[in-house]
This record gives sequence, structure tokens and C-alpha cells, in this order.
Amino acid sequence: MTDLSSLSLLEATTRLRSGAVRSLDLTRACLDRIQRYDAAVCSFLYVAPDQALDQARRADRVLARWRIDHGFPLPPLTGIPMAVKDVLCLEGMPATAGSRILEGFYPPYTATSVQRLIEAGAIVLGKTNTDEFAMGSSTENSSYGVTHNPWDLRRVPGGSSGGSAAAVAAGMCYAALGSDTGGSIRQPAAFCGLTGLKTSYGRVSRYGLIAYGSSLDTVGGFARSAADLLPVFQAIAGHDPLDSTSLRSPVPAVEWENQGLRGVRVGVPREYFIDGMQPAVERAVRQAVDVLRSLGASIHEIRLPHTDLALPVYYLIAPAEASANLARYDGVRFGPRRSGEGLLDQYLETRGALFGPEVKRRIMLGTYALSAGYYDAYYGQAQKVRTLIKQDFDDAFRQVDLIACPVTPTTAFGIGQHGDDPLSMYLEDVFTLPANLAGVPGIAFPVGFDEDGLPIGMQLNAPSLGEAALFHAAGAYQTVTAWHKERPVL
Amino acid sequence: MPAMALTRDEVRHIAQLARLRLTADEEARYRVQLSAILDYAARLREVDTSSIPPTASVLPFDAPLRQDVARTSNAAPQLMANAPEAAEGMFRVPPVFE
Repeated sequence: MTDLSSLSLLEATTRLRSGAVRSLDLTRACLDRIQRYDAAVCSFLYVAPDQALDQARRADRVLARWRIDHGFPLPPLTGIPMAVKDVLCLEGMPATAGSRILEGFYPPYTATSVQRLIEAGAIVLGKTNTDEFAMGSSTENSSYGVTHNPWDLRRVPGGSSGGSAAAVAAGMCYAALGSDTGGSIRQPAAFCGLTGLKTSYGRVSRYGLIAYGSSLDTVGGFARSAADLLPVFQAIAGHDPLDSTSLRSPVPAVEWENQGLRGVRVGVPREYFIDGMQPAVERAVRQAVDVLRSLGASIHEIRLPHTDLALPVYYLIAPAEASANLARYDGVRFGPRRSGEGLLDQYLETRGALFGPEVKRRIMLGTYALSAGYYDAYYGQAQKVRTLIKQDFDDAFRQVDLIACPVTPTTAFGIGQHGDDPLSMYLEDVFTLPANLAGVPGIAFPVGFDEDGLPIGMQLNAPSLGEAALFHAAGAYQTVTAWHKERPVL
Repeated sequence: MPAMALTRDEVRHIAQLARLRLTADEEARYRVQLSAILDYAARLREVDTSSIPPTASVLPFDAPLRQDVARTSNAAPQLMANAPEAAEGMFRVPPVFE
């Protein structure tokens, strides 16, 4: 019998439908992998085996009924075990956002994206590790332990959605949800050899997503290929009356039949190939661009002149928004409390003791950028430069349909490598931040390996709501390459 | 120390605004780290933005308003279940006035 964890999501779907395998078998196989390997990988913060097995049995009954009567409704992800980043609420499971300030918190409602995943038939195995409040690029900032990269356990899986990425890469689930505020899906996808989608701002409801930077936060996901990820995207996307920033745009279909890229104009921005980049990354990305050309795309050098300003803009705007969003964690309505002399003292003690170092750093940075006398110089100026960064993309998308660029300057770095130097960690995000500031979607997918056997990712960006074009191009690339089929050995 | 160096008092002031109690060690460390980050961010001042409007949201249109219709939401007991301290269906906090 084949190792069930090595199946792609679509292969698993085909076997479920034919009756060759049961959801119960897939779910048990995933739970078995978690039990065997997650002590070393540390990708899950919470696993709900009994709930998952119950859901799997229900899915098997739906599948059995459908096999007799093809008119019976069969949701697209029926019986597929998945995981959810622990910044998304799911009633009945704790939600920590990787923080001690939410220890023991059970959300009284379910995020729309997770609800839609469940309605699409997916089995939710549990919640995955994250940098505290999604603030980080390595998952080292979690208050509940560091996640390890399945390709090399001494290295980080990326972050902040590192738990979801590591779980998919380790074969503990077939797909997983994450969130991307500055690269938190694309960077771990690149580090773990996965396909990861950052959706357009407003494409997926954020109701039930624990907020970090509200003008930047997006919900998306990971799978082993674009074809596997598409049904996940289609399940979670679409307007939600519970999120006033969600767009009323129909969820697109993707024409896989037309595999070529004839007529597609791909821009390669000069600013994304910088000094200090790992040579293997540049080589692999340029080779991947050649593959796109061989599929019929035309390649154009383009300019995104304000790229180097994205980092200072992001690290003022995101912390400013975070400082406001995280004001709600005060030990009054939920979460643990540290007592003090009076209410103010209780706030100071609770927040001082229970937020981790990176969260405190960003809250203070944001508080400073918004404070009287500094607002115009920092936050106001960052918002204006954000306009210039967005205009770069608007200008580029008048000349090209897609932008192709690296996801990260290097492959996965070592655990502890950035030590206590926040600025050097922030520099890991240089190629992913601009898409969040502009609100455009991005897909990351594997395009090779470096000399240490670590995955290398490439990113494609499209204009807002252009996810179908991203899936089409990444899918076309994956029909003629096999990088996405490589699996780490645990 | 970079050009944008914060003083210890400024760090204390920010921490107080943000409702964070810091240890002396944290004050010292954040002073160095925040100064370095603000120093890096200072390059934004060199950009001429005199004719550039700020971007607060990248949504292509203003969010439409929905009809103001009552709907059921979480029941109070569910919401209170997470309270660190509650009494008589209310959140309990230390006294604000003596």
C-alpha cells in the first residue's frame, strides 16, 4: 500500500471518490505522522484527534452516499485532512495566536475562512504554530516553542505561518490555512518547498482572524502544488457580510486545460536582484523565468523603483496598526490576568508579563510612530510613501500581466541565526512586503534546491483579484517541472 | 548609538502609553533596538512626498453600508466564559476610584 501521506490533495480526492481509500484512513495517516514526527517538527499547537476522526467518519458517509447517487451534494474538499494557523478562530478549539496573553482562550465563534473550509468538507486536524500575533519571519517568536523546518530540523520553516508550512511539508496534512501580512505565507512556502498563496487584500474574509495589521492582513493557504491549492482558495474566497473590507467579487475558475502561457507578459523587476543575495536563489529564479518563456510567456525587464522603501514603510505602518489592534489584550475580558495595585497597574503587569519581546517591540514602535509630535514624520510619511509603492505596481501592471521575482534573498536560515537583532530579521522580508503594501496577490512555489538541499521559491504577483492568473501560471510551470513533487525525509 | 537615539525617558514614556511594564533590562535593550529601527526608517524623510496623498487602505472602493438589521450574536454566557474574573454576569476589575 502506498504511503498515504505522500499523496497530493487531488490524488487523495480521486481515491476518496472512487472508494479506494477512506477519509478515516487519510485522517489516521495524518494523525500518525503528527504523533511520530511532531515532537521534532513542532508544527501543531493543538491537535483534536477525536473530533477529526468523527468528521472523517461523517465524510465517509457522504462519500458512500455520493457513490450510489452522483446527484448527492459532494463538497470539493470532502474528507481531506487540513490544518489551520492558530491566528484563526475555530469554536471548540483554543486560539492562542502563539501568545501567552491568550493562553486558555476558547473563541466563542469560528472564522469565516475556517467555516467555509469545513463547509467544503475538509477535516480540521488542529491549530498550527505561529510567531506571536503573526509577528515574525521564522516562527521563533512563538511563546509555545520553535517550529523546525522538515527539510533540515536545524533550520527555521519561515514565518509567521511556519507551523502550517512545516505540517504540510512533513505530510501531516494535505493543505493548511495561513495568514500573510508581510510575507507570512509566501516566505514559509519558499523555505518549506510548498506552493503558498497570499490572496488579494479583501478577497478572503478576515472575520475571526486575530488582527495584526488591518490594512495589510490577508488569509490564504499552503499545499504541495497550485492544483492542490486551488480548491482551498475557491472554498475560502468571496464576500462576507461580517467583514466590511471583503470585496464583492465572484470567485474565479481556472482553465487548467489551456496549459501554455502564450500571450502572457511577465515582468522581472531589476530591484529584486540585489547584492548579498544567495547565488543559488538568483540562478534558480532566473531559470524558472526561462521555463515561463518556454511555455510561451514574453519576458520583460521592469522597474519597481520604490522597492527599497517598502521595508521602512512596512515596519512603521504594521506596528502602528498592531499597537491599536493589540490594545484589547488587557486581562479584563479574556486571557490570563496579572494582578496589580488598581486597574492601570493591572494593565501594565498583564501586558508587560504576557506579551513576548517581539510583540512588545512592535507595540512600542507603533505607539511611538503614532504619538503626538511624531505622527506626521513617521506614520503619515510612511502612508505617503506607501502610495508610491502602490503606484509602482499600478505602473508595472500597465506593461505586464504578471511579475516574477524571488520570495526571499536566501534559503531557510538557521534557528537562532538572527539572535537578538530584530533589524536583520526584518531584512528577510524585503521581497514579500511590497505586495502587502500594494494589496496585490502573490503565489510562491518551488523552483529548485540550493547546494545544501534546501528548497528555493519563486513569487508571481498579479493585479488585485488576479489570483486565477497566478494559479494558471504556477500550474503551467508545475506541469513541466517536478520540484514540487520532492518531499523531505524525516 | 545611531542618530535617531531614543533616551531612556522616552522609552519609559512610550511603554507607559502602550501600557507595558518593562524591566530595567528591557528598557535598555529596547532603547538600542528601537533606536536602530527608527534610524533605518529615517530614510523615508528623504523622499519628497509634498504632492503625494497618503494611502490608508488599498480597497478599490469605499466599503458599502449594509442594512441595519438586528441579528442574533453570541450569548452573554459564552462571551463571559473566557473572563479571568467575573461576578454576577459582569467582568470584575480592581477599583478605578477610591
